[in-house]
Amino acid sequence: MKVFMSLCAALVLAWPGAALARTEIHFWHAMTGALGDALETQVKQFNESQGEYEVKPLRKGTYPETLTAAIAAYRQKNPPHLVQVFEVGTQTMMLSGAVYPVYELMQHNEIKIDWNDFIKPVVGYYTKDGKLYSMPYNSSTPIFYYNKDAFKKAGLDPEKPPRTWPEVEAYAKKIIAAGGAKCGFSTGWPSWTMVENMHATHDQPFASKHNGFDAVEGVELLINREFGLKHVGALNGWQKDNVYSYGGRQGTADPKFVNGDCAMYIQSSALISGFSKSIKFDWGTGELPHWGGRYPKATSIIGGATLWVLKGKPQAEYRGAAKFLEYLAKPEQQMWWHVNTGYLAISNTAVRNLEQGYHFVKNPKQYTAFAQLTGLPPTAPAALKDAKKAAPPKPERVATPNSSGLRLGNFVQIRDVIESELENVFNGKKPVKQGLDDAVAKSNALLKEFAATYKQ
Amino acid sequence: MKRTVFPNRWLPYLLVLPQLAVTIVFFFWPAAKSLYLSVFKSPPFGGRDVFVGLDNFTALLRDREYYESVLNSFVFALGVTGLSVVGGLVIAVLANQKIRGLAFYRTALLWPYGIAPAVAGIIFLFIFHPAYGILPYFLSFVTAYEFNWLLKGWVAMTLVILATSWTHLGYNIAFFLAGLQAIPASVMEAASVDGAPPLKKFTAITVPLISPVTFYLVVVNMVFAFFSSFGVIHAVTHGGPGNATEIMVFKLWKDGFIGLNLGSSAAQSVILMAVVIGLTMLQFRVAEKRVTY
Repeated sequence: MKVFMSLCAALVLAWPGAALARTEIHFWHAMTGALGDALETQVKQFNESQGEYEVKPLRKGTYPETLTAAIAAYRQKNPPHLVQVFEVGTQTMMLSGAVYPVYELMQHNEIKIDWNDFIKPVVGYYTKDGKLYSMPYNSSTPIFYYNKDAFKKAGLDPEKPPRTWPEVEAYAKKIIAAGGAKCGFSTGWPSWTMVENMHATHDQPFASKHNGFDAVEGVELLINREFGLKHVGALNGWQKDNVYSYGGRQGTADPKFVNGDCAMYIQSSALISGFSKSIKFDWGTGELPHWGGRYPKATSIIGGATLWVLKGKPQAEYRGAAKFLEYLAKPEQQMWWHVNTGYLAISNTAVRNLEQGYHFVKNPKQYTAFAQLTGLPPTAPAALKDAKKAAPPKPERVATPNSSGLRLGNFVQIRDVIESELENVFNGKKPVKQGLDDAVAKSNALLKEFAATYKQ
Repeated sequence: MKRTVFPNRWLPYLLVLPQLAVTIVFFFWPAAKSLYLSVFKSPPFGGRDVFVGLDNFTALLRDREYYESVLNSFVFALGVTGLSVVGGLVIAVLANQKIRGLAFYRTALLWPYGIAPAVAGIIFLFIFHPAYGILPYFLSFVTAYEFNWLLKGWVAMTLVILATSWTHLGYNIAFFLAGLQAIPASVMEAASVDGAPPLKKFTAITVPLISPVTFYLVVVNMVFAFFSSFGVIHAVTHGGPGNATEIMVFKLWKDGFIGLNLGSSAAQSVILMAVVIGLTMLQFRVAEKRVTY
């Protein structure tokens, strides 16, 4: 025992003094696989870039598991400095009283970041009264994927994805008739892509009080109105002749597109890199289809996660968290993250640099999401070579309060409720109107309960 | 029965202490904590626990979806218990014959019990998934009917019952095998001499003689289906489609850990505890009378 003790003491003494002096910053996250590797590499780069702080990343499971773990740790008064929380947890975090808002953190540490340089729909999702509460980290938006081989087989132009829903329907029927695929299109994350983003891109409110941005109390869902009924009704009708094929929640429908069953797919832009490895046929991306007519064309909304700073640590240590966030906000880090993960680079400077480096010319698929979020035409990259000479492209989509994000309490359950009711509609258990009415009624009860919890 | 008398007064208490400690730490303490939480409403990050009396319970009793989850639990538990106890008995009787390779069969039959429920769920996904499963692919040659459990509730329920029963089969087989081997050979031989056909021997001798085992397994399987069947459902259906496979234990996990509604989740666990205690007591009252020890 004595020998062991002295060995330990020797080890401690022999440890490089620098390492002892470094302040550890704990960072809990939910990134797996290649994304987890990219995160670790980025953290390592930060740690090597300075000698004062050492960020220690720790994977805590899925997004909900990471949040639950952080809550448990906070309640036991030993929280991590930084925790990655998915976008639907935003309202819960903002009202928790447990967070150290990013704008405050930066002020206290006298770090200046020009948030105006960041893409509006991303920063806006996490901003309250003009102040940024959490640091956007991995952001994406749903886009349209299509199988070029199936298009060719049906005699369709493989370089022209459909831009309206009637076109999607017509193309799907042609492709099925020509034997190009078994089904027209499928969807990932049904609530996010088909309900939340469809309302946003058509400038329709998803919930009252500006999608919950204006108040906690009295917020109600509005998805059972004319537009919601029209869109879900169309999806339901398309199911019968396989124009639309429901493939489950989250990413469970991915195989339908990857193995060629469905010719078109709507899923997060973050899947581009994964699809590049797994898809054997020729494929492309396009913007989300639109109903046209009297609906304005608006920008889409984001998904993904941000980094929240939790209270309860010694004040001095927060400087390390602030330095790390400052590092992540740098254009070159934004570019690195985008190229290595497929998530969006979210500062305009980073996007401009990527353009000048011909990144989008070489990877046109990566441009779709930027165009859709900033309102630019979806096929700009080829012209960007001469961006300085040519006139700047004219925006095609407007940014409106309906398209700047959703801020709802109990949002995780609300998504669950919406997806359950969509399933009840698609399997014929309920008519469209009743399904959406039930989804709204249940969600409103959840919103009311959330408001009651935070009022007391 | 012979009574053991300990010379030292404290020794018996010391001997049961580890078991008691485990029960207190892993059962009584969490149960008490659930009871406490079930009468409060508290925001996820804590700080402001508000006493709400029985509000969490009345909210549940007014919620139609909660009744659906209770109904689902009973369908699920009866399905799993029926299938895995009857299936276990049939397989155990077959494995109790004098056949070649017996040791291998017996070992192989126990394997599924060693598989984690989540892994079992993933195996079933690979077999049954409408998009990439092998079985729907073959079924599509035979019938035009789509067994798409992403949309069809009853298919989803059947699937999770099958998967859960399969993981629990090995446990039941082990107990039935032990029970079957405890049946005295002389009784069976006497029946054979009297000319009883195999089925008659099974119903008149085997079933009554292993009734204590059957009773034990029914109770344990019910408790298992109500409490510990979370893994398969989480991996395969996630409670869907709609809420077709959302059983009580899944709903309370979802409301507590995903929804962060601790009060309601605690109230649900209290109700679940009461249901299972009630069921077990009922089984002891009613079914045990038919058991011959």
